[in-house]
Amino acid sequence: MLFELRSVGLTRAGRAVLDGVSAGIPAGATAIVGPSGSGKSTLLRLLNRLADPDRGEVFYRGQPLAGYDPLALRRQVALVPQLPALLEGTVESNLAYAAGLAGKELDPARCLRLAGLSPEYAGRDVAKLSVGEQQRAMLGRALAQQPEVLLLDEPTSALDHAARDAIEAALAELRRELEIAVVLVTHDPAQARRLSDWVVRLEAGCVAGCGALEEVLA
Amino acid sequence: MIVPIATLGTSIHVSVGQVAASLALVALAAAISYWWKADLERDIGIAAVRSLVQLTLIGYAIKLIFEADTLWLVFVLLAVMVLFGAITARGRADKVPHAFLPLLVALALAGASTLGLVVALGIFEATPRYLVPVGGMVIGNAMTASAVALNRLGDEMHDSRARIEATLALGATAREAAMPTVRRALRSGMITLVDSTKTTGLIFFPGTMVGMLLAGANPTDAVRLQLILLYVLLGSVSIAALVATGLAYRNFFTPAAQLREPGGG
Repeated sequence: MLFELRSVGLTRAGRAVLDGVSAGIPAGATAIVGPSGSGKSTLLRLLNRLADPDRGEVFYRGQPLAGYDPLALRRQVALVPQLPALLEGTVESNLAYAAGLAGKELDPARCLRLAGLSPEYAGRDVAKLSVGEQQRAMLGRALAQQPEVLLLDEPTSALDHAARDAIEAALAELRRELEIAVVLVTHDPAQARRLSDWVVRLEAGCVAGCGALEEVLA
Repeated sequence: MIVPIATLGTSIHVSVGQVAASLALVALAAAISYWWKADLERDIGIAAVRSLVQLTLIGYAIKLIFEADTLWLVFVLLAVMVLFGAITARGRADKVPHAFLPLLVALALAGASTLGLVVALGIFEATPRYLVPVGGMVIGNAMTASAVALNRLGDEMHDSRARIEATLALGATAREAAMPTVRRALRSGMITLVDSTKTTGLIFFPGTMVGMLLAGANPTDAVRLQLILLYVLLGSVSIAALVATGLAYRNFFTPAAQLREPGGG
């Protein structure tokens, strides 16, 4: 398993956001599904240590996550948040910032193409992009770090159908071209069917199903 | 070699009646607040009473310190000012977790370094007559600047939470993720004094110069002393805002470079 969660619990403001979560996430494409407030995004944030669990343990490639340097881990396990949050400047300056943090050589045209954007976007001011374009620039920025795992938190929830289809097409293309694991949070079972082959289903902070797509979302 | 500023030797007498008469302007401020429902009448009243009591008490304290003419009393007075300054500024920085210590360090450093420098450069003598008023002015302005800076820092950290976390998610350090926010907060703390220094003499006359002119001092002396104080304040305000923001932003993050939950302390 790429990630393994063992009896993971996390409480915020007196509420158990995650409670006794035990699940495995293999390499490949995994969808974390469930209704709003079921703890999907929180679980995703645990995977690159943007948060730590109060109880239980998370393992990455067989090693406890707590043993990884959080900064080095986040450059291997990149997270793209639900809403775009780019730094001021151009698309390329954002890509360069991410690549610089990871110590990687930047190929802006390739990152943009993998994120479903044409190379002309490199010089565009991020403030002048649509939300869908910003979200794809966020994806490109994460790819500039050449991560081993891509964590996507509801990447299309704020987008219209056309923008959603563009992101989904970019992700499908990405998986064909790169050896990269994807963990995707979505509230939409149909999107999980389109983009993943493994599913973790959460309900009220607990695991309601974990396994191959056809078993959990039959 | 700079010759320390000589005793200016000017004094005027201000009667209690004159002070009482100036309260008419306080009543006017309260009336404006009342008519326009600005809801500041109580604050204006508290400000007037507190300024009266505090300034009267500090007046007597300064008199005692001048008469005793020992430096350790000056240090005690300035330390008390730093302490109360940090407590007051913390009230304006309520969105910053554990803001008291950064403010205390910022005010102490701003006061100590600025006063140390003006004495070392031979601008003022190391005597109570200079250290007390200049120290009070330095600490007061440093308090305002650091309170404004941390107030802005608290708002900005809240508003920029998504961007900061997205930057952390790339493997940036807490410092790298917070830097644009810290920079804006630092600028907020410094900009008021920078702007007022730019317009000094054009749009307004600063307090020291007005006070000296009212007291009958030579305008050239008044201007020179005012310039010294403005430059001293620019330095101290910058130090205070830099130290306060540079220490306080860390309190928003865990050691694992995670953003703390809002209100989590």
